[in-house]
Amino acid sequence: MSIITTKNLEKIYNESIVPVHAINNISLSFEKGEFTAIVGPSGCGKTTLLNLLGGLDKPTSGEVFIDGINLTEFSSNKIINFRLRNIGFVFQAYNLIPVLTAKENVEFIMELQGIPKQKREERVVHLLEQVGLKERMNNRPGELSGGQQQRVAVARALASKPKFVLADEPTANLDSTSTGNLLDIMLKLNEMENTTFIFATHDSRVMKRARRIITLDDGKVVQDENIKQNMKKQVNPADEN
Amino acid sequence: MLFSIAWKNVWRNKLRSLIVILSISLGLLGGLFYLAFANGMVQHQIDATIKTQISNIQLHNPKYMLDNEVKYTISSPDSIINKIEEIKGVRGVTSRIKSTAMVSSAITGAGITIIGINPVKEKNVTNLYKKIIEGTYLIPGKKYQIFIGQKLADKLKVKVRSKIVIAALDMSGNIIYGAFRIVGIFKTESTNFDLSNVFVLKNDLRKLIGFPAKQTTEIAVLLNDNNQTNYVANKIKKIFSKAISEKKYEVETWVEIQPALKLINEMFIQYSMIFLIIILVALSFGIVNTMLMAIMERVRELGMLMAIGMSKMKIFLMIMLETIFLSITGGAAGLFISWIAITITHKTGIDLSVVSEGLNALGYSSFVHPMLGLTYYILIGSLVIVTAITSSVLPARKALKLNPAEAVRQNV
Repeated sequence: MSIITTKNLEKIYNESIVPVHAINNISLSFEKGEFTAIVGPSGCGKTTLLNLLGGLDKPTSGEVFIDGINLTEFSSNKIINFRLRNIGFVFQAYNLIPVLTAKENVEFIMELQGIPKQKREERVVHLLEQVGLKERMNNRPGELSGGQQQRVAVARALASKPKFVLADEPTANLDSTSTGNLLDIMLKLNEMENTTFIFATHDSRVMKRARRIITLDDGKVVQDENIKQNMKKQVNPADEN
Repeated sequence: MLFSIAWKNVWRNKLRSLIVILSISLGLLGGLFYLAFANGMVQHQIDATIKTQISNIQLHNPKYMLDNEVKYTISSPDSIINKIEEIKGVRGVTSRIKSTAMVSSAITGAGITIIGINPVKEKNVTNLYKKIIEGTYLIPGKKYQIFIGQKLADKLKVKVRSKIVIAALDMSGNIIYGAFRIVGIFKTESTNFDLSNVFVLKNDLRKLIGFPAKQTTEIAVLLNDNNQTNYVANKIKKIFSKAISEKKYEVETWVEIQPALKLINEMFIQYSMIFLIIILVALSFGIVNTMLMAIMERVRELGMLMAIGMSKMKIFLMIMLETIFLSITGGAAGLFISWIAITITHKTGIDLSVVSEGLNALGYSSFVHPMLGLTYYILIGSLVIVTAITSSVLPARKALKLNPAEAVRQNV
C-alpha cells in the first residue's frame, strides 16, 4: 500500500520573472518500508522533491497524498502539526539544537507531541541505544563527531514514530566509516521496524545500499529502478501462519 | 522545555549576552542614579524646608493668609497647642508672632519677616538652633536679642554682637522702631530664607508692636513622619471644626503653604522618569539588534524546528522568552547595582560644595543623599519587563517569516 503518492507534481520558481521548472510533472508512489534514494546531478530537483513530499514547500501545481490525505490542501499551521506527527527529517548539516544534549534533542520532538515524560525517557534511551549512542546521551552536539551527530539526528527523526523519514544528503558531510555506520543503522531500522526512508543523495555509497533508486534530471523522473536482489521481502502475516 | 531552551539560548553566545546585560545594567544605573540623585535633592529640600522653616502643618487666621497683616490673629493659642499635642504622631507644636518689617544697620537696610518665637518650644519644631554658624541661639529671658541669617548679616555688614534696628508696624498701623543685638547667625540650605527672616523672643516682639496677650499669628506643628501630614491635618480640622467653620483659623499643610515645593518635586521626578524612559527605549534598540543578529545566526536551526513540527506560536514564544530573559537579567542586574550604589551614596552623601552657592540660592543643600523608594524600583522593574516584551516582538516576527525549506539549507 502506498504511503506517499504524488500526482502531476510541479514546482516552478521565479514564475513571474524567469520561470525555472524545479519539478516537472512528477507522479510517484512510495510503499511502506521502502529504502529509496532519489539521485541525480546538482540542481535536478532532489531537495525540492523532498521538500514537497515533506510539506516544507508548496507545489505550484499537482498534489501530494500521505496515506490518502492531500497535503497540498493544508494551511501552514496544520501542515506543521502534520509533520510533527507523521514525518521525520534528517538534514545534511545535522541541525541539532546545540544547547541541548543528545538525549534532550531526541526528547524535544516528543515533548512537542505532548508525550508524557516517562514514555519519552524510555523511547529516548531505546532510540539512542539503537543508533549506538546510549553512552553519549548526555553530551551536547559540540562534543560529538559529525557521524555521531547525524546518528542523533536519525534518532530524533524516529522519535516521533513517523510514517516515513526524509533524509536530505545525510551522508554529505561524513567520512566513509561514519557513512557506513549510519547506513547500517538506517538499514537495520528499516528491516527491523519497517521504517520507510527516502533519501535525496548523490553519494554512491547510499545508492549502493538503496532498494529503489529514482533518478531525476531537470526536474523529471528519468529512471525509477527497483533493485530486486536487495528488495526487502514483504512478509504476509497469512503466509507466516 | 521552552523556558529551558530559551534560557540556554541566551547563554549560547556568552560574550554578546554579557555585553547586552552590561549595557542594560549601566543604562539603568545611570537612569536610576539620576532619579535617586534628583529625588534625594528634592526630598532633602522638602525635609529641610519643613524642619527649618514651615513645619508640616500651620494654623493661621484666614485673613492673615491673604495679606500677612499682624492684626489678623488666632486667639487662645495655648489651648489649641495643648489639644494638638495630644494627637498621635505630633512631635512638637509652637506659636509664633510674624510681621513684615525693615531691618537696618549702619550701612544698609532690607525688607524682612520678623518672627517672635519661644526658643524652648521652637526647638521642638524647627532645627534652626542646629544651623548656627556663629554666636548662640536665642536665650530665654535675655532681652532684645536677634538671630539672623548669614546672608542678611553679609548684606547688612554686621556680625554677632552688632546692633541692628527693626522698623515694623504696630497693631494700630504706626511705624515703630526697636534696636536688637545679634546673638547668633544661622545658615540654612536656602539663602533666600537666610536673607529674609530674623528671629526674636516672642515677648520682645509683642512689646515692640503692642501685640495682644493670649493671641498669636501662627501655630506650627511638626510631625514625626511627613507621610502623616494629611492624616494629622484632617484630625486637627475635625477637632477644631467649629472654629474653622466660623473662620477663626485655617489649617494648612506644607503642600498648601508652599505648593511650588511639591510641584518642583513632581517635576523633578517626571523629568527623571522621562530620562529613564529614553534610556530604556535606546536600550530596547540594542536588544532588538542583538536578537535579530542571534536569529540571523540561527536561521538553519529555526528552519529545522519548523520542519520537525514546532508550531509558529512556540517559535514566537521561544524567541520572545529569550529576549525577555536577556532583558530581565540585565534589568535585575541593573536594579541591583543601582540599589547598591544608591544605598552607599545615601549613607556617605555626595559633596557638591564646589557649587554650593548656586544650589543654596535655589534652596538646595550642597550635600546630596540620593534616595529612591521601593515603589520606584518596582515601577522601573515593570518598565524593564514592558521594554523586554516590546523588544521581543520584532525578532520573534522575523523568525516566523523564515521559510523552513530555505532555512534548513542555509550555508549548507
